Amino acid sequence: MAVRNAVIVGGNRIPFVKAGGKYAQASNVDMLTATIDGLVARFGLAGEKLDEVVAGAVLKHSRDFNLTREAVLGSALDPHTPACDLAQACATGLEAVTYLANKIRLGQADVGIAGGVDSASDAPIVVSEPLRRALLKANRARTLPDRLKAFASVRPADLAPVPPGVVEPRTGLSMGESQALTTAKWGISREAQDELSARSHQRLAAAWDAGFFDDLVTPYLGVTRDGILRPDTSVAALGKLRSVFGGADATMTAGNSTALSDGAAVVLIADEDEARRRNWPVLARVVDTQVAATDYVTGNEDLLLAGARAIPELLERNGLTLADFDAVEVHEAFASTVLATLAALEQDGHGTVDVDKLNVHGSSLAAGHPFAATGGRIVASLAKVLSEKGPGSRGLISVCAAGGQAVATILEAV
Amino acid sequence: MSILEKIYTSPIGRTLAPKVGLNEPPKLRRGRTMPTGAVLLAELDGGGLARQVLEALGVETAEPLLDLPEHRTPDDRGRPQPPRYPTKAGAVVVDATGLREIAQLEGIRQVLRPLMRGLESSGRVIILASDASAVTGLEAKAVAQAIDGINRTVGKELRAGATANLVFVREGTTADDLTSTLLFLLQGRSAFVSGQTWRVGPAKAGDRPGGDYRSDRPFEGRVVVVTGAARGIGAAIARTFARDGAKVVALDVPAAGDALSKVANELRGTALQLDITSPEAGVRIAAHVAQVHGADAKIWAIVHNAGILRDRLLANLDEKSWAQVLEVNLAAEMRMNEALLDTTLPGGLGEQARIIGIASTSGVAGNKGQTNYAASKAGVMGLVWAEADELADRAVTVNAVAPGFIETDMTASIPFVQREVFRRTNSLQQGGQPVDVAETIAWLSDPASGGVNGQVVRVCGQNLVGA
Repeated sequence: MAVRNAVIVGGNRIPFVKAGGKYAQASNVDMLTATIDGLVARFGLAGEKLDEVVAGAVLKHSRDFNLTREAVLGSALDPHTPACDLAQACATGLEAVTYLANKIRLGQADVGIAGGVDSASDAPIVVSEPLRRALLKANRARTLPDRLKAFASVRPADLAPVPPGVVEPRTGLSMGESQALTTAKWGISREAQDELSARSHQRLAAAWDAGFFDDLVTPYLGVTRDGILRPDTSVAALGKLRSVFGGADATMTAGNSTALSDGAAVVLIADEDEARRRNWPVLARVVDTQVAATDYVTGNEDLLLAGARAIPELLERNGLTLADFDAVEVHEAFASTVLATLAALEQDGHGTVDVDKLNVHGSSLAAGHPFAATGGRIVASLAKVLSEKGPGSRGLISVCAAGGQAVATILEAV
Repeated sequence: MSILEKIYTSPIGRTLAPKVGLNEPPKLRRGRTMPTGAVLLAELDGGGLARQVLEALGVETAEPLLDLPEHRTPDDRGRPQPPRYPTKAGAVVVDATGLREIAQLEGIRQVLRPLMRGLESSGRVIILASDASAVTGLEAKAVAQAIDGINRTVGKELRAGATANLVFVREGTTADDLTSTLLFLLQGRSAFVSGQTWRVGPAKAGDRPGGDYRSDRPFEGRVVVVTGAARGIGAAIARTFARDGAKVVALDVPAAGDALSKVANELRGTALQLDITSPEAGVRIAAHVAQVHGADAKIWAIVHNAGILRDRLLANLDEKSWAQVLEVNLAAEMRMNEALLDTTLPGGLGEQARIIGIASTSGVAGNKGQTNYAASKAGVMGLVWAEADELADRAVTVNAVAPGFIETDMTASIPFVQREVFRRTNSLQQGGQPVDVAETIAWLSDPASGGVNGQVVRVCGQNLVGA
């Protein structure tokens, strides 16, 4: 069977903001719906049936079991548009793009939307395990005494709610603590981290000023620009922040780590012929994707460096080297994640990435990182960058994820 | 809401207000609705054009009563009264196109006197007269202007939401050139246009509606670009064009994108987030149109609705507030038109097209605290006149509307007493609705309105300011 080309036509996101801020009252469904509607308005898709919408969220309420379908039903799209929820922690957005692009390439869909949303403000709160078991037992009980008996084993401490943690279940370490181990192991300096962070802010601010996001972002709840962005920050200012992860001689601060954020991002993907028939912009082709995982539980490998495994496999399969890319996007979970990933690639003989090609319009440190929304943000922005550079220009994306995973994707302007 | 406004809108306030002269304003007939009562045709000496227009529109007409001495009847105190209509009339079309002599003006008086108390609510007085440029001789030219004076005064004397308007007809104008204008005036669409005078001439070569034209859905399949469409008057313009069949491109600044996408999706149109002061704004609009509607698509009409206010007394006005207003309200429009008028530009304005500017009564009459705004809006009028001249060889019309007090979020923020004064200082004793501006723009943009060119039409309920 002939494989078709899946192309990025455009994208839309809402400005990202710090958790507990302007979107504190917005749910994942609200944000995803608004983001889809912004894309629908830009391309005149109101009332149209698309072949599929795929998205996901990392922090998800059990009531949102059909999150994406609910967002579609709340949007201006034809209600006959089917939807699918998908999840792979922070790589959710990029995996959603992969899922849809693959369906399009195989002829199972012509036009669809892929993306993700996350609200760290509206995160689900869970009850303690003993209380949860007692509630379920009481629910099964048939008599009042039995029902009361079910709560006999519950202790006062069990009544406290359990907030969601960004903690790896198998190591008990938070993302920041895990990354602090990596930072120390790879000897990533505070200065290098702060420099990368300052550059991210400066570049994102410049892109906003240049109108780069005019056709990539729709304001939401009165927010017109990314809320975390600090256009005037500098290495000196970042250097004054005290460290938060990694003990005595730690180098990681709130300034070179991503903040918990709220936001959503989606991408419009179509079969290339279909896109051309509709006179849509054909920004970039989705070339190939590789997912990889590390053995981080034993401590032999790093939690967030699976990109250094995914990228070489992807490059080899496509007969490319790092030097063949015009733009490289490495998700800034932490500044040191990017630096350690590049260091690992260099150590393995893959060369390095020129700073002028790396995260050219800033990345998650400046924009924020609503987990599942990051993939859509990066894909839409990179596709536009490549399209501006002209046909044949190539871009590489790497997004790390919890569980020691990462997804790498190649886009190419056509 | 202020305390005064609360009292005013309370049941007690509603009872007391009429006692101090603040009557509940009449509710205006709006939309594509014809008058309920009869449409009268008063064909004065040498007329005939109006009959052709009304026949083309399929409007049945009746004869008006005339105030002749022999038709008068005495009232209970023996004073002679003009003849009375048994049921109130819906509208009168006075065909004064043949009047050339001062003595003939008496014919208008005879028709209108019985109607001043004989028109239904939201009734219509529509006068057609020959433009001064189309007649010869001093007396004939003076007569033309005299009719203008009649119209403006009748507008002020009519009650219950009735309006009066005058259309000056240029040399060579045919019934086809006038149908869209007369239909607009008869229908509820012209609700807030009163006491106005404008000119209609023969449409230019190639500026006729196509065979698929329907006067009730004139924009079917046509692309219309509306700037400043996220809210207020702009959103109403977009909705009105969509109602009449247009494929709407709703444009606003990126910061308004949230509201903009809602408008676009509601209308099954598209949203374009764009700062119109960007030098490439025109090209970006064309690119969007070509992308969404195909490489062969052309813009039928562009409505330059986007505008800003930076009100300050001139004594306090700096160069920044000065420049911003002129840039957004005037310079951007001029640049976009220039770019979009390039016939080789895919997605630009078509060979046959409509350009609409938004002037303002502030531009006509000046307004305290608005030197910058008045400059920009009077500038729009100048631009419309100059562009209409410049495009004489192309089937493109350029017109503007000049809104008066319109009820929007912006005017809702004016302090209550001031707002109530603004509202009531016009012949219809109320503020206009955004849709009133939109309907007027849609009429000017109608494919059958090729004969209306270079006009600035006020949508102000015959505001006292600048009248």
